[in-house]
Amino acid sequence: MSAQSTAIGVSSKRGVWGGGNEPLKASYGKLMMWFFLLSDIFTFAAFLITYLATRVTYPAYAGPADSFVGSNQYWPIPELVFEAVPFLHGFHAPLVFVGIMTFILISSSVTMVLAVEAGHRNDRNDVVKWMLWTIVGGATFLGCQAWEWNHFIHGTEAGSVLTYINSLNQEVTETVFGANLMVNEYGPATFAQLFFFITGFHGFHVTIGVVLLFLCFYQAAVGVYDKRGHYEMVEKIGLYWHFVDLVWVFVFTLFYLI
Amino acid sequence: MDIQQNKSTLEVTPRNDKKIKKIWKTAGILLALTIAEFIMAFTMDRGILLYALFIALTIWKAKYIMMEFMHLGDEVKPLFYSIIVPLIFLVWLLIALAKEGSDIFNMRW
Repeated sequence: MSAQSTAIGVSSKRGVWGGGNEPLKASYGKLMMWFFLLSDIFTFAAFLITYLATRVTYPAYAGPADSFVGSNQYWPIPELVFEAVPFLHGFHAPLVFVGIMTFILISSSVTMVLAVEAGHRNDRNDVVKWMLWTIVGGATFLGCQAWEWNHFIHGTEAGSVLTYINSLNQEVTETVFGANLMVNEYGPATFAQLFFFITGFHGFHVTIGVVLLFLCFYQAAVGVYDKRGHYEMVEKIGLYWHFVDLVWVFVFTLFYLI
Repeated sequence: MDIQQNKSTLEVTPRNDKKIKKIWKTAGILLALTIAEFIMAFTMDRGILLYALFIALTIWKAKYIMMEFMHLGDEVKPLFYSIIVPLIFLVWLLIALAKEGSDIFNMRW
């Protein structure tokens, strides 16, 4: 029963060589989603392995944690960089906010898998309910990431004194606040560059994911999938959404823990 | 919108509590592993051992997401291997770039 309701209905007239069969017992759409995700895994893995390779070219900050000052001579300790929480200005709460973000994204992955499960049962009300929760989770995550970026760009009140080569190709020594692609108060320039590129690329995927989730939610709600006879689209969007969660698990470990 | 108006012609199967329980159990495991990582980040000394544990826990979490949430374990074996086996290339990339990075470190510092 479940095989019938999830597989694309293929005309028996088309035959084995006319697209009537399903290689690897997965429908065309699901197979292509998996191969797309495989290529995306390579893209993200290249980014993250580049991060690791760049990180090991710098010595890590080795002094005591409470006297940490950002410098482009050593790599910063993540829990001393990401230690701010909205509405609690000046309050030292290492990794708390990113922990909340991780929790939100994992939760939205759980509601997504519940939506997929409801799709297997052709239960429109459950699909719509869980899809909506997933959209709420995804949008909240994006909002958190916007705040995180904003804080990272504007930096701390103290800033740090750095010697670096500015955009006019002059060597300057000055107090730097926040981060941009040229210089940042937390560590070497590549630290902020990789942070922007990797979390930005991930955030871009989440944005696309929320748009797809909304389309899927809308189509489920107005009964498109009932007419079509199966809820496979929920499953395919679900694969993408879990992938976004999967990538975040690695980003979290590499950027915020190591 | 009136839901009755375009009522589904598909047969709705009742909820399978065992399946739903398994989903929540997986979610609990993911949460527990993340909390473990947090505790380790603040209680253990920074070093190779801690980093190795972080990466092991991350891969463990990734396994749960791929096998339980993405149902890769339920697909046929050829599909499963056609996704997993190409990831071997990443092992080489990791070794090559880690070597490259540590060589740059030695030249620079």
